[in-house]
Amino acid sequence: MEPDWIWGLAGGFLIGLGGVVLLWGNGRIMGASGIIGGLVDGSGRSEWADRLAFLAGTFGVPLLLYPFFSEVDTHISQSAAVLVAAGLLVGIGTRLANGCTSGHGVCGISRLSVRGIVATLLYLLAGGASVLLFRHIWGII
Amino acid sequence: MRLMFSLLSGMLFGAGLFISGMTDTTKVQGWLDIFGAWDPTLAFVLGGAIIPMFFAWRMTKGRRPVTTPQFPPQPPVKIDRRLAIGSLLFGAGWGLSGLCPGPAMASLGYGGVFHWVFFAAMLVGMWLTPHILRLVVRPATA
Repeated sequence: MEPDWIWGLAGGFLIGLGGVVLLWGNGRIMGASGIIGGLVDGSGRSEWADRLAFLAGTFGVPLLLYPFFSEVDTHISQSAAVLVAAGLLVGIGTRLANGCTSGHGVCGISRLSVRGIVATLLYLLAGGASVLLFRHIWGII
Repeated sequence: MRLMFSLLSGMLFGAGLFISGMTDTTKVQGWLDIFGAWDPTLAFVLGGAIIPMFFAWRMTKGRRPVTTPQFPPQPPVKIDRRLAIGSLLFGAGWGLSGLCPGPAMASLGYGGVFHWVFFAAMLVGMWLTPHILRLVVRPATA
């Protein structure tokens, strides 16, 4: 098994290629929260088929790859309360900020967008504080 | 044609998230855990993704996408409260669970029932957001 950083770099490159295909194919920014959110709140109803096609790919390929990587585990929290709280925060936060790790992080930073860079710094900061608080101080994750 | 590009993009996105290890919540929380056993993988993922996108943005000048006349307009520069508060809330939830929207979608198929709990809560949060905004922003129009 190769070291994690090689898989990280290779996987990151594929994520970037996904962004290139959507940008150069359809003139759209590859942002997961925007693609999902536009379906949920109705703001992206006119492009529902594009959005569903994208999400089908995101959902389907890992499902197909999973049997070939027996050691893969998501290590997700086994606390429903933690997951509900985190899900609400992620859902509300990304829709308020109009972007998440893919939209602001990958697509925003790469075009040197000030908003993308500021958003990324802020969610990294909050993420670090969150792990510090919930893991090291309160010990609930 | 549009659908083909959307599907291909989503497939690359899903494959990349899976292979990079970003659907493993301990790797994401490990990256955010600078006071614990710090895991640098996420930096390689972000770097690897930004490189092709950087050149893709550079080459947009004077050209057009395949299926549509225009590339996305220049992003606004203004940093407002909405961006700042949203990003901070998102980061808090990201650290708490180790999940953000992309990996949440990518691991939904094989991760088990707890992934559906997170995903459902995330959808509720996304659905609620315009309603929350309407309540908070309403005085401005009065």
